[in-house]
Amino acid sequence: MPKTETETPKMKPRPIVRLGIFLISHSLLVCVVCCTAGVLALLLLPLLAKNTYISENALMPGSASSMVSNRDISEANRLASDLSGLNFEPQDAAALESRGILTKYMSDLGAEVSYHKFHHKPNQFHPLHFFSSPDSTSSVDNFSCSAQGINTVGIIRAPRGDGKEAIVLVTPYKFGKSGTAETLSLSIAYTVFSLLSRVTWLAKDIIWLVADSQYGEYAPVEAWLRDYHTPVFTGLGALNADTCIKIDDLYALEQKPIAQTKISDGFRRAGTMAAALIFKVADRNELLEDTLNIYAEASNGQMPNLDLINIVNYLAVHRQGLRVKVEKVLSLLDSRWLEILGEIFEVLGKVARSLNPGWKFGISAADYVEGSATLASSLYNQALGIPTGPHGAFRDFQVDAITLEISPKVSSHNKARHNEFLLRGGRLVEGVVRSINNLLEKFHQSFFLYILTSPSKFVSVGVYMIAFALLVAPLPLVAASLYADANQLDLGVKNTKSTTSAPNELDITFRSWKWLHAAKEAFSRSCMGRSCFTASIFHLSNTKLQPNVQLCNLGFPFNAWPPHPVLDSGLSIYPCFYISTRGERRVGYFEISDHLSSLHWFASHVSC
Amino acid sequence: MELPSRWVFLLFLLLSSTKAFESEVDKEEFQEELLLKPLPDRKVLAHFHFETRAPPCNSNGLHHHHLFPKSISQMVEKFRVKEMELSFTQGRWNYERWGGFDTMSSNNAKPPGVELWAVFDVPKEQVDASWKNLTHTLSGIFCASINFLESSSMYSAPDWSFRQASGSLRYGMLPREAVCTENLTPWLKLLPCRDKAGISSLMDRPSIYTSLYYSQRLHLTSIASDLEGLNLGIVLEQTLTVVLHPSSQRTGLTHFSQSYLQPSWSLSSIFGRKVNGRCVLAKSSKVYLQLERGLVSQLKKSENYGADYIASEGYDGEANFELSVNPDRVIKEEHSRNGISSSLLYEFSVDKYSNSKPFDLGLTWKFPVIWSCQQAPLHASRFLMGSGNERGAIAILLKSTDLNDSSLVANSAMDGCELRVNIFQVVPWYIRVYYHSLQLFVDDQLKAVGAFVEKIHVMPSKDKISPGMMEMVLKLPCGVKSAALTLDFDKGFLHIDEYPPDANQGFDIPSAAIGFPDFHTSMLFPSNESERKSPMLSKFQESSPVLLYTEVLLVPLTTPDFSMPYNVITITCTVFALYFGSLLNVLRQRVGEKERLLKSKAAAKTGRLSDLLSRLSAKLRGRSQEPMQSASESSPLINSKLALKVLLMAALAVAWQYYFG
Repeated sequence: MPKTETETPKMKPRPIVRLGIFLISHSLLVCVVCCTAGVLALLLLPLLAKNTYISENALMPGSASSMVSNRDISEANRLASDLSGLNFEPQDAAALESRGILTKYMSDLGAEVSYHKFHHKPNQFHPLHFFSSPDSTSSVDNFSCSAQGINTVGIIRAPRGDGKEAIVLVTPYKFGKSGTAETLSLSIAYTVFSLLSRVTWLAKDIIWLVADSQYGEYAPVEAWLRDYHTPVFTGLGALNADTCIKIDDLYALEQKPIAQTKISDGFRRAGTMAAALIFKVADRNELLEDTLNIYAEASNGQMPNLDLINIVNYLAVHRQGLRVKVEKVLSLLDSRWLEILGEIFEVLGKVARSLNPGWKFGISAADYVEGSATLASSLYNQALGIPTGPHGAFRDFQVDAITLEISPKVSSHNKARHNEFLLRGGRLVEGVVRSINNLLEKFHQSFFLYILTSPSKFVSVGVYMIAFALLVAPLPLVAASLYADANQLDLGVKNTKSTTSAPNELDITFRSWKWLHAAKEAFSRSCMGRSCFTASIFHLSNTKLQPNVQLCNLGFPFNAWPPHPVLDSGLSIYPCFYISTRGERRVGYFEISDHLSSLHWFASHVSC
Repeated sequence: MELPSRWVFLLFLLLSSTKAFESEVDKEEFQEELLLKPLPDRKVLAHFHFETRAPPCNSNGLHHHHLFPKSISQMVEKFRVKEMELSFTQGRWNYERWGGFDTMSSNNAKPPGVELWAVFDVPKEQVDASWKNLTHTLSGIFCASINFLESSSMYSAPDWSFRQASGSLRYGMLPREAVCTENLTPWLKLLPCRDKAGISSLMDRPSIYTSLYYSQRLHLTSIASDLEGLNLGIVLEQTLTVVLHPSSQRTGLTHFSQSYLQPSWSLSSIFGRKVNGRCVLAKSSKVYLQLERGLVSQLKKSENYGADYIASEGYDGEANFELSVNPDRVIKEEHSRNGISSSLLYEFSVDKYSNSKPFDLGLTWKFPVIWSCQQAPLHASRFLMGSGNERGAIAILLKSTDLNDSSLVANSAMDGCELRVNIFQVVPWYIRVYYHSLQLFVDDQLKAVGAFVEKIHVMPSKDKISPGMMEMVLKLPCGVKSAALTLDFDKGFLHIDEYPPDANQGFDIPSAAIGFPDFHTSMLFPSNESERKSPMLSKFQESSPVLLYTEVLLVPLTTPDFSMPYNVITITCTVFALYFGSLLNVLRQRVGEKERLLKSKAAAKTGRLSDLLSRLSAKLRGRSQEPMQSASESSPLINSKLALKVLLMAALAVAWQYYFG
């Protein structure tokens, strides 16, 4: 052997190529190591979570004392009793009446009140139901009066404000058939609204949207936002309004002698939205104390700015003494193995601390289990891409929004207890509104990509991407090694028939570069599912696709899916399921040619 | 207190000495007036009006001013300003509740921030230079960043939609300018008595800055008396319009029966001060209380209102309201058309009040009264459409209001039932408006733009040089319910140093001005000596076209992350290092150099280290070849494996559907 070496000195490939060859030739080992490390990193995430902190100094949460007074609460109670006093037999009449009462209360505060009519489209896209339900052919124009909802919108104009920005408060409410919990949430909103109509510090307009939640909570908010941002000027809506007599009755009802209570049927706006708060009172009661549930995940795994959650958490915990919770996977809480793992980590943490008191990464086993349950739920919701509440509709229009669900302590029908609950809820919302009002710029300081492990702990993108990258890294390696096998490429450096001729060696080095190409392709395919990537595809392909197409789920490589007549199967084609702007389900096709830059989008007219 | 009194004394001396010589020439004069007006939504409007006149003097260009502020007259002379208006505004004028069809709103309702326009009496090529100098001068006088209007991307030159002026008009707006006392103090300095005496002493800073609307305006007109334009007569008109919130409103809210009762107020309750006599330099000093048409007609309807109220001045228990001070005079508006009740003006002269007996007008409502203001023919609102950082659209929506039938009929008879609407809109250059995308919807139907546009003038923006400007006259049918105008735009990118502080807030599109040239507001008063004396009333008598401003819009633009320079620098440096390192490496290498080197080395010696390395690599090779061979052997199996995987996935999906679907 040494003899041959001395005779023909080998041509060493470049170090990066050598490294690549080494990794590919040991792809199995690398796979195992990477996956193990990835899973381990995922399990470590609750340990690596950092405490949240308020990044934007301008927010100044809780720096002003709360101004919600008993007068506001008594007014809100009066509204609640007026609303619950209605017991009409026909539900429509009760709905009409209660809406009238609410309108009257709002306009007595000096707010501009308007109604927003919307048509509910029942066929909602759901990725899990996509394959099962054969499609109900979505037709846009069979609006019926029965599927019509009416949102009530009250706007307070900020005194001395310039009206460029607005803060949105949303309370879902079922007119005519609401329970006590919904009425309670309405009273909290009214408490805040009546306070905000008097205060002098307001710089942004306040919009209070009472969403007609008879068709779910998401649909009315989404419809209102769509009309806010992309109104239709052609007379589609007007025609429908004429056919529905119910609405005209509504206006007939409003014959107040006061000029101020004139209800305009026009859509009222109040500038660019800074943030939105959706709050509701849960039906269930908590045993120990008043609890606040925060829901933040919007469509496609988008999250609101972390600062918004931070100020809510800060005010709820430190000012109002509420217990704050984030959604978790409950089944994980009882799992034994997670507990054992937590204990191991606890012990490790203790050991580490005994070695060096400066290391503080150990958390208790209970915290670990709790954190991983929350983390799992957070991961699941972000991966699934379905919003966890009406706040998802706001995020689609780049407005930061969260849903606050307050559940009261076991409610005895105690009036003092009831008022205290109203006071707490009102003060919380007031504090959050005041913080957002302080904000001169829009939310941009804190994180947008993060996973919560508890209301006050988060894992930022820089940390969780490590685990993700470790899990994804083997894919291009395996692909490259498969490619090398398939083409009978000898990745090892030639030793048997190595000739001294230069062109041959160059050829070999050239060929050895091909694994990079294969890796690139494999990597791009593995990434397809990520929404961020599809978004960039939309950008690249420069199509007429509306930016608010919400979901584009890439399917399997083009084998089993309905063949497109124009395309031949030789190309790598991916079907992509999405909802068009008119609410139809559509399938489009991506053709991915050799380099990523030339992606083609076939907005096909095949609806499935 | 010593200084003004000495000054006043000196002035008196001067006046008395010059009186004999200049009796035939008009003297400089100053008049102060205040108008108070209850508004339908329980607010009170206070409108201060100060007018200083400097007559053209014939003493060859050497001006000596007694009352007129020297800084203003020098500025007018230097920059040949023919007409100019500067307004500082905080808050929005509520056109729906405070009226949009009277002289007050069309003259004094201004867009938020600073608005400045000026007409120059210079050759056209010098207008821009004069404008730049003027902005700097005003910036110095008023302690405001008006000098930002100097750059050509900030101002525009409307031809006809805003005001008729042949190319010598310049118009600029700063929507984000904050207005505070630092702007008020220099403005007050222009008054002969400042705020030390007279009506202006009411301007208590805390109370006027907690108002809902605050607009401070300075309007000046110069009249050249001779052909050369050396001697100028200048009229300086300073107004301050505030909408105040009488504090008694809070108690009124709790009881429903009381909530309709308008809050009672007095000067001392809304301003916290009283008027201690007039400014001694003022020719006249008057306070007016205006009851607008809608209110008067409501009062007439209610039986409490005595018909002989005005004549007998018997405002005691019977009337709807009570005044704490008896008016000196009641002026009834003479309406040209019949059937409409006219507005009432109560005049109070401040002359007879003094320190010992201050003037404190109070209004106490006794019975609830509800009325509404007159609205402009169309209500205008403007908003943004679309979301995202790439593109959007501006929409201007005009909606018909319940206008008084008579005025509409009267006007429609004149111009063949057409409603003309002037739209004047300036858009900064980074909002790249595509004017070809102009769409017009009349009564919810898409219409051809040409059918309704009488005249249009568009000046597309030039990047970093000039803003985009659109002037148009729409000709709408009389019975129009709504009209909407949309314009698409792309959002531009700014250079890093062009971002203002707090760039993440977004960027402003200044208000658009919507005018109705067919509708004029004017009040006619009985033609006795009153309007000659009072500059404010004569201002009211002038017919001015109805004008309204839309909201300021906030456009979010893509903003770089300014808060992470460190990260940016690190990443950039790394990328540069990698790029240049590899580039240099490639450039430096000679083709075939390496193997020659290797060969020569191999020929020279076989070191122990290289021997070891080669053995190691041979070992590696031996191992690496084995798994590959096995993989190539199993390659026909791959297809079946793949099928198995697909099946597994399908089974998983079905199971998922079954349990969670």
